[in-house]
Amino acid sequence: MNEIEWPLWEVFIRSKQGLDHRHVGSLHATDARQAVQMARDVYTRRMEGVSIWVVPSNLISASDPDDKAEMFDPMADKVYRHPTFYKLPREVEHM
Amino acid sequence: MNPHIDYLLRLGDSSLVMGQRLSEWTGHGPVLEEDIAMTNIALDFVGQARMLLTHAGKLEGAGRDEDALAYFRDTRAYRNFTLCELPNSGIEKGSGDGACYAFTVMRNLLYCAWQAQLWAALAESKDTELAAIAAKSAKETAYHLRHASDWVVRFGDGTEQSRARAQRALEQLLPYTNELFSSDPVEEAVAIAGIGVRGADLKAGFDHLIGAVQEEAGLALPAACGFQSTGKNGMHSEHLDFLLTEMQSLARAHPGAQW
Repeated sequence: MNEIEWPLWEVFIRSKQGLDHRHVGSLHATDARQAVQMARDVYTRRMEGVSIWVVPSNLISASDPDDKAEMFDPMADKVYRHPTFYKLPREVEHM
Repeated sequence: MNPHIDYLLRLGDSSLVMGQRLSEWTGHGPVLEEDIAMTNIALDFVGQARMLLTHAGKLEGAGRDEDALAYFRDTRAYRNFTLCELPNSGIEKGSGDGACYAFTVMRNLLYCAWQAQLWAALAESKDTELAAIAAKSAKETAYHLRHASDWVVRFGDGTEQSRARAQRALEQLLPYTNELFSSDPVEEAVAIAGIGVRGADLKAGFDHLIGAVQEEAGLALPAACGFQSTGKNGMHSEHLDFLLTEMQSLARAHPGAQW
């Protein structure tokens, strides 16, 4: 067995109804072409999608979990940032 | 036997035996992603077999359904091409110890390259059911072909070991493709009736596909040889017996069982 592990890829799938590609998981593959092909087999075998993106996992920059308090907690008490205090005209649908 | 039914059994049995062979990789694939891919492909083959055998059973009119044909016919009644039944480990003496992915994938490449030509031609079949099966299967086969080509190219320009394995697999398997192109009374009868197609007419398209992959993979194409396997006439290699015994054991132990 080869000791060298293949690079990790993050997989994003757009479903038939969806407008956006959603993260569905990850897989190992030697290159992008193979990653797309494997994503097809691993993540779309039950008709989950019509489009696939793959991104090398090591190219994703993430926020630091230790910064969670300063990054996200301040938002908890700012209800005025939610558009819930407006009266919508009846003509506006699908809001 | 009616050539029309015999012809459907040839195609149906070949798909079934391919599906069974490939399913041996389930849980044993080289990597998890590939395990799922190969299992998907195996299932596609079984799906083709179900349609073809069901159709053959209806034409026969003797009350045999897909299960009766798959599980209750013996080796000599099977009409699959010998290529499909060869073990995943390859056919060299002493090679039975471990399945070889290069051999498995090379067989997929060869058979799917032939199937791609076949489905395209059968889309015009006067047997409208067969034409519909061909149209549905063509998309699957296009993907199988892409999967196999991709791997053969990777093996070809991979490591010294992967290249050697791919080359050896090509040399062992290519002679078995002769059977796909040789004519016989069954094929001649269905070709004249506009139901089936002559293997010889599929050769140019097959050669073109295989030539392109072989060139990209940097593999050497073995010289043509006169070897003829005879699976489509019911005379098989020693390997089919073992495959069928395993595949049929459950249905024979519990006839009529449903699950």
